[in-house]
Amino acid sequence: MAETDYRNGPTRRAVLEGGVATGVLLATSIPAYAEPAGAVSAAASAAPAPTMPMTLRINAKDLSVELDPRTTLLDALRNHLGLTGSKKGCDHGQCGACTVLVDGRRINSCLTLAAMHEGDEITTVEGLAVGDRLHPVQAAFVARDGFQCGYCTPGQICSAVGMLGEARAGWPSHASADVAAASVALTDAEIRERMSGNICRCAAYPNIVAAIRDAAEGA
Amino acid sequence: MQSFTYERAASAEQAAAAVAAQPDAKFISGGTNLLDLMKLEIERPAHLVDISRLPLDRIEETAAGGLRVGAQVRNSDLAADPRVRSRYPMLTQALLAGASGQIRNKASTSGNLLQRTRCPYFYDRNMPCNKREQGSGCAALQGFNRTHAVLGASEACIAVHPSDMAVAMAGLDARIETISPGGETRTIPIGDLHRLPEATPHVETVLGHGEMIAAVTLPPPPPGRQVYRKVRDRASYAFALVSVAAIVEKSGDRIRSARIAMGGVAARPWRATEAERTLAGAVASDGAFTDAAEAALAGAVGHGGNDFKIPLAKRTMRHTLAAAVESA
Repeated sequence: MAETDYRNGPTRRAVLEGGVATGVLLATSIPAYAEPAGAVSAAASAAPAPTMPMTLRINAKDLSVELDPRTTLLDALRNHLGLTGSKKGCDHGQCGACTVLVDGRRINSCLTLAAMHEGDEITTVEGLAVGDRLHPVQAAFVARDGFQCGYCTPGQICSAVGMLGEARAGWPSHASADVAAASVALTDAEIRERMSGNICRCAAYPNIVAAIRDAAEGA
Repeated sequence: MQSFTYERAASAEQAAAAVAAQPDAKFISGGTNLLDLMKLEIERPAHLVDISRLPLDRIEETAAGGLRVGAQVRNSDLAADPRVRSRYPMLTQALLAGASGQIRNKASTSGNLLQRTRCPYFYDRNMPCNKREQGSGCAALQGFNRTHAVLGASEACIAVHPSDMAVAMAGLDARIETISPGGETRTIPIGDLHRLPEATPHVETVLGHGEMIAAVTLPPPPPGRQVYRKVRDRASYAFALVSVAAIVEKSGDRIRSARIAMGGVAARPWRATEAERTLAGAVASDGAFTDAAEAALAGAVGHGGNDFKIPLAKRTMRHTLAAAVESA
């Protein structure tokens, strides 16, 4: 886990290792939990892999970095660019904790290579607020208490931002009675279906749905 | 994940040639299935040719009155296209029944067709699997096989093809256009793209190494109402246990023609031609739907855990046909 010049703030790990009292218990379990794929890779490759120079545009900033081609966009963000807001849950596209926006569209950053995103406009949860002014979806999650432990929250929020754009564009969903209808009414059933790629193990779903409903209505 | 080199393809021809030049090279597009398998070291390409930015991302009208869908059209864009929604609603329904919003935004049309099975033994490198490791055996035959095939399976493999999109495309008689390393092109009916497992389940399609899917062409929409119905273990973001795509054309109280494809039952989207023959000319009734379902599943074989799929597929077909004739 090489530290680079691109970090723009302390990581959760650095904070935990720094001896924060509440971190003592977590510090032993989080690194192993957070990097299961890294452990496999390290064992499988004896020689250091050649790296590729690339420039990624993240939250309106061009960031240049040298990465092993295997580096997923999520690992590039978290381990090389100091952007630890995007979370690693399952690392297999099943939980949605790593959701980011690429050219305005929500994707799982764990299931794509950083190298594939040169030239794209990438927005992470860190890039949603304008200064101290939260993005309306962020504000709605706070107002509705749309989380409990918070681990899935950055992915939930990025996913909701992307989803609201899809709904505004009139995209139907599996919950839509008529897929040919020109517009979408974001009922709770629609919100739940459209957000099914984001899992919350605390099951804060009622408040997550309420927050997204508020954001959709501009509340 | 094993080490690999990466290049971004400059053109379709160059991409095909770049993959053909190395036995362990692979195309990568959305990556949502391939990277998952690479992390588990089930797929171990030495070289990746990124085709995701090739200009194959348009949906165009064909002279025949159908649509030509570029291989790099994302699943979400295909599902949301107004022409697809109004003329091929079954295809939109199938796409939206699959995966999650995030994955549909990434997954390509060609990648969806070529995705690998989700058989748990294919995914578990500690278990035998003829598809993953030729000749190692099939752990699913005597194992946890409730999600497995009941049609077209073999003693070597009972895995299913997981796509929803491909099932709708099979019902729509889609044709697959490919480009080969020498620049030659060919068109493959979707029913011929995927091979049944027989003794070589590791060979899943008729595509050669380096042969790349360029587009999927949909013939003009056939007359009749289209319905895609999927039955799964949870209401969203789960693979099909059974799915049915049906297009039924009525004339008075009789069925003029029907097209039916099933998912979750075989190693490829399964066109139910016997059921279609049974329905042609029959009075639209539950009796006719039952006869069709019996005909479709006549050759079905369960393996214990998946025995329930046979009656489930029959009931799903009856239900889907009934929905298709309701306002046909």
